[in-house]
Amino acid sequence: MSRAETVATAPPPVRPSPLWTLGLLRSELLTTLRRWRTLALLGVLAAVPVLVGVAVRIETGGSPAGGGPEGGGGPAFIAQITNNGLFLVFTALAATLPFFLPMAVGVIAGDAIAGEASAGTLRYLLVAPAGRTRLLLVKYTTTVAFCVLATLVVALSALIAGAVLFPLGDLTTISGTRITFGEGLLRALLIALVVAASLIGVAALGLFVSTLTNSGIAAMATTVGLLITVQILDQIPQLHAIQPYFFSHYWLSFADLMREPVYWDDVLRNLGVQALYAAVFGSAAWARFTAKDITA
Amino acid sequence: MDAASAARPPEPEGAVIATRGLTKRYRGGQLAVDGLDLTVPAGSVFGFLGPNGSGKTTTIRMLMGLITPTSGTARVLGSPMPGAGRTVLPHVGALIEGPALYGHLHGRDNLLRYDAADPTADPRTRRARVGAALDRVGLTAAAGKKAKAYSLGMKQRLGIACALLQPRRLLVLDEPTNGLDPQGMREIRSLVRELASDGTTVFLSSHLLDEIEQVCTHAAVMARGRLVTQGAVADLAAGARGRLTVTTPDTAEAAGVLKDQGAADVVTDGDQVTAEPPARDLAEVNAALVAAGVRVRGFGVRRASLEDAFVALTGEGFDVAG
Ligand SMILES: Nc1ncnc2c1ncn2[C@@H]1O[C@H](COP(=O)(O)OP(=O)(O)OP(=O)(O)O)[C@@H](O)[C@H]1O
Ligand SMILES: [Mg+2]
Repeated sequence: MSRAETVATAPPPVRPSPLWTLGLLRSELLTTLRRWRTLALLGVLAAVPVLVGVAVRIETGGSPAGGGPEGGGGPAFIAQITNNGLFLVFTALAATLPFFLPMAVGVIAGDAIAGEASAGTLRYLLVAPAGRTRLLLVKYTTTVAFCVLATLVVALSALIAGAVLFPLGDLTTISGTRITFGEGLLRALLIALVVAASLIGVAALGLFVSTLTNSGIAAMATTVGLLITVQILDQIPQLHAIQPYFFSHYWLSFADLMREPVYWDDVLRNLGVQALYAAVFGSAAWARFTAKDITA
Repeated sequence: MDAASAARPPEPEGAVIATRGLTKRYRGGQLAVDGLDLTVPAGSVFGFLGPNGSGKTTTIRMLMGLITPTSGTARVLGSPMPGAGRTVLPHVGALIEGPALYGHLHGRDNLLRYDAADPTADPRTRRARVGAALDRVGLTAAAGKKAKAYSLGMKQRLGIACALLQPRRLLVLDEPTNGLDPQGMREIRSLVRELASDGTTVFLSSHLLDEIEQVCTHAAVMARGRLVTQGAVADLAAGARGRLTVTTPDTAEAAGVLKDQGAADVVTDGDQVTAEPPARDLAEVNAALVAAGVRVRGFGVRRASLEDAFVALTGEGFDVAG
């Protein structure tokens, strides 16, 4: 019975390398990036700034227009593009943030758990055993990484299109002061990071929805539906009391980073709302996923 | 036994899987597994048999910690599931309800991904282990193909390769030969025997009786979520007695003689007459047939199969319960 007894006793404790989660994260990132769907989303995001740039170029016939700073969001930037291609970055981010960017994030986040469930691969990850909490963390990290990647794709595509189609140089802030092109680039990077951070709330919401269903398509559609609904509700004046809690309410505050001095209040409020969504829906996703029967 | 295992509630010595009153009622109200007391001895090739919908996959899902039992307990490798999944599952290779693959990844990359999900898998040996697993199921040539372009049998092989990424103490294979060609089935059977001879316990679910009979040392039979029987395959088959079979053109006369000789349950089917063998020397029965002028072409006792045992145990055929 000696062999039988060794089998009956509990297996020896296995010592996972502390870095193994990184291995899973790397695998997750590669798996996501090799999906045709991910590449298509990034392709669409890269095309938007080019289209905007070409449209502006055709509209103005290539002659620099003397549009001064007007304050506010996107349109203030668009008038400046012909003077300085760098403004195409700000314009493109302002144009994609309300819908294209969060939609792309919603698709990736909604697919995160539900897509694996509908393909059946989730059960094999769990018996590997990836661990439910770690798998969820890896999925969320990957989604946030996609937020950054998607934003950078928009920004870089806009920068390249702006450099090709328009002159570059020192620029004028919304407040009317001049800053150098180098500082303008830094601001553009900062804005891109704030825009990426603005998507954290949608990512958490999408991940939570993803734990509710075994259909990847349903989770993606629900998340994108919620995104549109919230944007519409954010336009209804009677709801102003709750609007500050909508994840999209302070999105366009990133324009304040182009003021001199920078006006931080709404930017910080935006980041606070995103952190709140990440905490609330992250916890909800965890509670749901760790207790869920995996039958698919 | 060490102190830790001695402190546990009594359970059969050497059981790799032990369940007590394991029950699962799905959210829809379906009672899929009902009070299951299953004991899988170490080193066995254990056949888990039952018609469609009898609760085999549901049991395996509970053993693997994918779903929580409604009541009852399950121990795998001596530790409770799903609680001890982190320590138990690295020692378990599983194929559950068919393979599931990332269609957009190559066969090899699928295995690399699943291996990356195992915290105990050494990344330095990952490529070598994946290569060995692919080789073992005969997929090396197709490893660079996208998994969505795999045939059913190739997917099944890749799923089995996934269970073989590491040396395992327990293999749980839910209908492993599903979709395989006859050659593939033979290969899987010999693979199972090979693994078992290395000391791996293999838990194999199937609804193919002869498959279980060919490779398994032990078996359990499920019907409608309940365990009908379990034990060594030889004992189970012995439980059902073999049938006396006479092949003859004179079936009516043969049936009459057999009845006279004390055989029960005489059935005529084409040119064959079968019966429960009487308690006397069969040579006398044969002599009686010949003496009565029956032209005997064939005479013998067909060994009882697991199918006979199943029919004897459940009193029914191998059909889906409604
Ligand atoms: N996710 C689910 N929700 C509700 N009922 C389920 C679910 N999965 C299975 N069932 C039911 O539980 C019972 C047992 O199903 P199970 O999949 O365990 O059978 P099985 O023995 O594996 O059958 P098969 O040989 O067809 O694979 C069936 O009646 C089935 O309808
Ligand atoms: Mg099944």
